[in-house]
Amino acid sequence: MTKKDIFITSAFRENSVWRQILGICSSLAVTNLMMNSLIMGLGVIFTLIFSNLTISAIRNYTPRSVRMMVQVLIIGAYVIIVDIFLRAQLPDISKQLGPYVGLIITNCIIMGRAEAFAAKNAPLDSMIDGIGAGIGYTMVLLTISSIRELFGFGSLFGFQILGNWWLKWSIMVMAPSAFFLLAIMIWIINNKYYKVKAS
Amino acid sequence: MNISPFILFWAAIFTSNILLTNFLGMCSYLSVSKEMESAFGLGVAVIFVLTITCALNWLVYYYLLVPLHIVYLQYIIFIIVIAATVQLLELIIERFSPALYYTLGIFLPLITVNCAIFGVALFMIIRNYDFLQTLAYASGSGIGWLLAILMLAGIRSRIKDKLIPAGLQGAGISLIVTGIMALAFVGFSGIVNVQ
Repeated sequence: MTKKDIFITSAFRENSVWRQILGICSSLAVTNLMMNSLIMGLGVIFTLIFSNLTISAIRNYTPRSVRMMVQVLIIGAYVIIVDIFLRAQLPDISKQLGPYVGLIITNCIIMGRAEAFAAKNAPLDSMIDGIGAGIGYTMVLLTISSIRELFGFGSLFGFQILGNWWLKWSIMVMAPSAFFLLAIMIWIINNKYYKVKAS
Repeated sequence: MNISPFILFWAAIFTSNILLTNFLGMCSYLSVSKEMESAFGLGVAVIFVLTITCALNWLVYYYLLVPLHIVYLQYIIFIIVIAATVQLLELIIERFSPALYYTLGIFLPLITVNCAIFGVALFMIIRNYDFLQTLAYASGSGIGWLLAILMLAGIRSRIKDKLIPAGLQGAGISLIVTGIMALAFVGFSGIVNVQ
């Protein structure tokens, strides 16, 4: 596979969220505001790139029996870096994201990419796979959050788009809308992109 | 925070259900909800592990991490405590109750990566719960999670052979069902607020 193929496969063709249904927890929880989604996405991209790189670099020296534990510790170390950075530089967003930054550790996408790709491939390819998977995840987050923020607050990235005449949909701020929007997104993509036929 | 543990227990089940309002533990929720029986097994295992690991994590955090000033390591330490507890529980259950091991055994390894377990541990730190509150919140969250997965498994077994649009089959329809359940649970909010 060429580098471009690796990227396209992990970002679109085998997108972690809509294709493999991984990392649903955080893609639902942080999508109330676009800014939160963007920061969360960047945090996941950072963690994915470097955890994939590290895991791939030491893949030949890790005994198979303890590899899960090693992977979790490596991922945990990078998540701590993200968390400390956010707390120092963007304290407000860090507060809003709350436990979901720490929950990047148990985000199945990262473990999934480590197991499925980084544990078997060269470091550079693994990094590209990490970027692809991270961008695929961020894309989903931004799509859902743009709808939720626009209808729920009338704004995008905090800038007021819809005027005072707009009656805010409080359902978009609450939890159920995230479930519905993700389901509709998966539905549309399955029909348009994968052309799924009824079995 | 001064909420009585009793109220917190009910709040964790209904008004701030760990799955329907905080979206935690979605992965295993979506994948193990095809049958009632396995859903129930996993749910019970979650209640068990959640309560034990949260109590342990609380003790570790306030008696080890805080005095040693290594609070920033909490994520890694919590994960290690959870993984170790699950392994230990597996050994103990296998040794003393083969019948229980038969029902819960296969689910225990799954639980190490269930984000609900880790998420509740982080919530209890962020919200400054004391030990009793933590116990109430953790067991309540576990029961709330069991409730959610049982409801989904029940609904999924009913709609199994109904006509569902091709693109929605599997995860899609489960998410929509969950959305409707979450909508119903919004009705509970306002009784008590624990955020």
